Amino acid sequence: MISRRRLLQTTAASAAALATRTLPALADNAPGVTDKEIKIGQTNPYSGPASAYSAIGKAELAYFKMLNDKGGINGRMINLLSVDDGYSPPKTVEQIRRLVEQEQVAFIFQSLGTPCNAAIHKYMNDHKVPQLFVATGATMWNDPKHFPWTMGWQPNYQTESHIYSKHLLSTKPDAKVGILYQNDDYGKDYVTGLKQGLGDKYDKMVVKEVSYEVTDPTVDSQVVTLQASGADTFFNITTPKFAAQAIRKAYDIGWKPVHYLNNVSISVSAVLQPAGLDKSTGLISVAYYKDPTDPKWKDDKAFLEYADWMKKYNPDANIGDSFNVYGYLVAQTLEQALKQCGNNLSRENIMREAANIKNLQLGMLLPGISVNTGSDDFAPIKQLQLERFSGTIWETFGDVLTG
Amino acid sequence: MTSVSEAANGTRSKAARVAGLSMVLWRRLGLAAALVLAVAIPFVASGYHTFQFTQVLIYAIALLGLNLLTGYNGQISLGHGAFYAIGAYTAAILIVKLGVPYWATIPVAGLICLVTGFLFGLPALRLEGLYLALATFALALSTPQILKFKKLEAWTGGVQGINIDKPDAPFGLPLDGDQWLYLFTLVCLIPVFWMGRNLIRGRVGRAIVAIRDHPIAAETMGVNTAVYKSLTFGVSAAFTGVAGALGGLVTGFVAPDSFQILLSLYLLVGIVVGGLASIAGVFFGALFIEFVPIYADQLTDLFGDRAKALPWAMFGVMLIACMYLMPTGVIGLIKSLGARIARSAVRN
Amino acid sequence: MNEFLHQFFSGLASGGIYASVALALVMIYQATHLVNFAQGEMAMFATYIAWSLIGAGIPYWVAFFLTLAISFVAAVAIERVIIRPFASAPVLASVCVFIGLLAIINSLAGFIYTYTIQPFPSPFPEHAWYGSVYMSPHEVGEMVVTIAVLALVYAFFRFTPLGLAMRAAAQNPVSSRLVGIRVGWMLALGWGLAAATGAVAGMMAAPIVYLEPNMMGGILLYGFAGALLGGIDNPWGAVLGGFMVGVLENLAGTYVVGADLKLTVALVIIVGVLVMRPSGLFGRPLVTRV
Repeated sequence: MISRRRLLQTTAASAAALATRTLPALADNAPGVTDKEIKIGQTNPYSGPASAYSAIGKAELAYFKMLNDKGGINGRMINLLSVDDGYSPPKTVEQIRRLVEQEQVAFIFQSLGTPCNAAIHKYMNDHKVPQLFVATGATMWNDPKHFPWTMGWQPNYQTESHIYSKHLLSTKPDAKVGILYQNDDYGKDYVTGLKQGLGDKYDKMVVKEVSYEVTDPTVDSQVVTLQASGADTFFNITTPKFAAQAIRKAYDIGWKPVHYLNNVSISVSAVLQPAGLDKSTGLISVAYYKDPTDPKWKDDKAFLEYADWMKKYNPDANIGDSFNVYGYLVAQTLEQALKQCGNNLSRENIMREAANIKNLQLGMLLPGISVNTGSDDFAPIKQLQLERFSGTIWETFGDVLTG
Repeated sequence: MTSVSEAANGTRSKAARVAGLSMVLWRRLGLAAALVLAVAIPFVASGYHTFQFTQVLIYAIALLGLNLLTGYNGQISLGHGAFYAIGAYTAAILIVKLGVPYWATIPVAGLICLVTGFLFGLPALRLEGLYLALATFALALSTPQILKFKKLEAWTGGVQGINIDKPDAPFGLPLDGDQWLYLFTLVCLIPVFWMGRNLIRGRVGRAIVAIRDHPIAAETMGVNTAVYKSLTFGVSAAFTGVAGALGGLVTGFVAPDSFQILLSLYLLVGIVVGGLASIAGVFFGALFIEFVPIYADQLTDLFGDRAKALPWAMFGVMLIACMYLMPTGVIGLIKSLGARIARSAVRN
Repeated sequence: MNEFLHQFFSGLASGGIYASVALALVMIYQATHLVNFAQGEMAMFATYIAWSLIGAGIPYWVAFFLTLAISFVAAVAIERVIIRPFASAPVLASVCVFIGLLAIINSLAGFIYTYTIQPFPSPFPEHAWYGSVYMSPHEVGEMVVTIAVLALVYAFFRFTPLGLAMRAAAQNPVSSRLVGIRVGWMLALGWGLAAATGAVAGMMAAPIVYLEPNMMGGILLYGFAGALLGGIDNPWGAVLGGFMVGVLENLAGTYVVGADLKLTVALVIIVGVLVMRPSGLFGRPLVTRV
């Protein structure tokens, strides 16, 4: 039941959005924008159990440092205020309000975490502050009609699951599937995608679903359960540490299923090597960007630029951590959007240009994949490529797919 | 209190007086000034700061609950975050799923936590010290998992949580959302503190403290330890539950991730920093746990981008420094300073 | 049946890790009558030190014992400098200091070593010569090491005069001083030994759970539960408690309610046991004089 207040608010927001789209760009520059700088903000989990993701915030800071050294965007330096929220929504609310109301940032860029972004979703749209390129793969961020100030960036988890489901149905329609997923929004979103992708075959095909908490020391017990259920296909929806554990345990107990691994954990040096390269052979996943530790790219021009940037601007980071590539790519996307704004840096125009990125080719994206947005399409990256691990490198197969 | 009893004994002239006023009068003046200041805040501070001070008031209520149990009654709880979560979810479910007006959810949250706390306190009676700490720790750890449980998803919203619309000022008062929530919280805080203070000042309070200090002696004196301990658990949970409900309203969102174990640990830190077994102390504790983590962030900025991972370390350093300077909490420090001033006043 | 055995042995394997952490907690409790919440983070940091040493080319066992020595010294320093001033403060003030230490060490590890997981070598052979898939050689070896450390700890406290002095210093500092025990140094020694025990736990756990700054959080919580389940003042009990928690957790997750509520069920069972035996299964009930 939609309350009257909510209906009025949504109508007002849509009307305002519509109005600003048809009016010429007469609005003032956003707060935080001067002739010399654009001040933006984000929250990242620099402490707490999700702190592994903080590599993303650090990568973005490092990218903007390089950008500023090159002269910034249209003569303005990017000043990114990246603050800790410990992956706790109440803290996120507090930090975002500080950034928007006290620090007067132009917009919020790449705040991380589904619950954290969900907590500020309404606030950002009510106050008409762009919530750009949120760092989560949840499906709810592509809703320009109701939330015109919020935009995601990465291919969402459900899209990824649809691709796995399609592949499974076409290659092994009588598979017995076991699913291991993290018991939070990220894991559950994947499972929802699998349910949609497999449709009415889901109940027949999926013989076991087990979850784990981030605080669990290992997932060994869960893997044993999956083997015992008779599954011959394994959907592995885990973050890097648990992915490595699961891959190794499956091998050690002699379980050799058709093994799908989610995109978050595909890094060769950060996940597959600790698990054991021989144990990871045959893994299937999707990717949309190049793995910097995949020897396939070692002479690639874009990779060399990236490696150079890592060495100069992000030396403390781990070269094998794919979160750095992620941060690099999103920062480049923002660079493009801001470049397109020229000297009109009002919040409306920033949103307008972010929704106006056409066929942006970024070097570290896989060939065939580009960034595209439109006024009714707030999903910048929708394409994924299936790949299989050969024991040394990820080999792509099939066409670039769109979810 | 010394001066009151001395006055009663007719030794008023010897009672400590500072600047011509008795300690009791000083305390009353201080309270009045604090109240005036508290009411003024939403009108002089920005929306963001008002929001922060609202959170301070909320933590103060939660800390009062915890202090009642741990400070006054000696039962260590590492799990009060669970009651905070129960209070928040009660409010959210009532408002969003059942359409209950927000102001009515506060006492309901308190009531539900009263019952929950009491029921938890009953078996916990047999546990002492570390073992009780583990039991409460287990409660706080289990809570997010229970909130995420599939079968309860229809009510709790599962991992996605529940969004709560922030209430507007009633009767068309010229207050914005932040101001109104602050004043609403203040209005809820006053009766809670009044209840707490009366509880502690009265027979019940003495029994509770006796149980903490000399449990066996208290038992032999006829104090029904079991009943008092369980009831204290219940009341303590109720206060923290009220704080949780208010917290949910002010944040506008509840999710299992909002109630990680760190919340319970921070509540414990709050009562120690403020001063165990002290009512006024909880405000200092609340200020600490609300502002120090945020400003630890800004301090680490001084060390450049590389120090991004260090805000928590900075918090740890400030916590240890605080404990070093004030092992008995802020109130302990004030009391010893006050005693020193009073002593020199008497001497002169 | 096969699955049951598998879960049981898997539980023993993780239980071994919890048991070794439980030992460190018992160590610190015997010495100071406090439970150090930062014990897990200290163990994690020690493991990182070992990892750095091994990465620099130092052979495993040399690095292992060097790490024990470094942990010992560092912990003694921490005790003397940071913890000592709180000797006469309320217990909860010390608890807050532990929380502060936890925050500092965890953050520092993330800052210095980043959050990317690192594999940690195991001194045990790669392939199971005994031909079973139920437990890897490392998991077996790790259990053996835990028992060995347990025996050492027990022997230390029970049969050596130093161990007796440490226990006395914790139980009754005043009387201990009167008989000539340097209570201050006993506490420091206790911290050092606990840190060394924790370092062993970390180095045994890391090959299984992978080394990263948040590695010990979950382990500490189960280790804590295990130590109390067995009785915090009894090293044998604590180790047994650790194993029981590991097995219980696995079996509860598989047969009772599913992994969704594994943690909850395990904790409920543990607390339930404690309510029936309030000093732990093998602990000694504390008797106080009125």
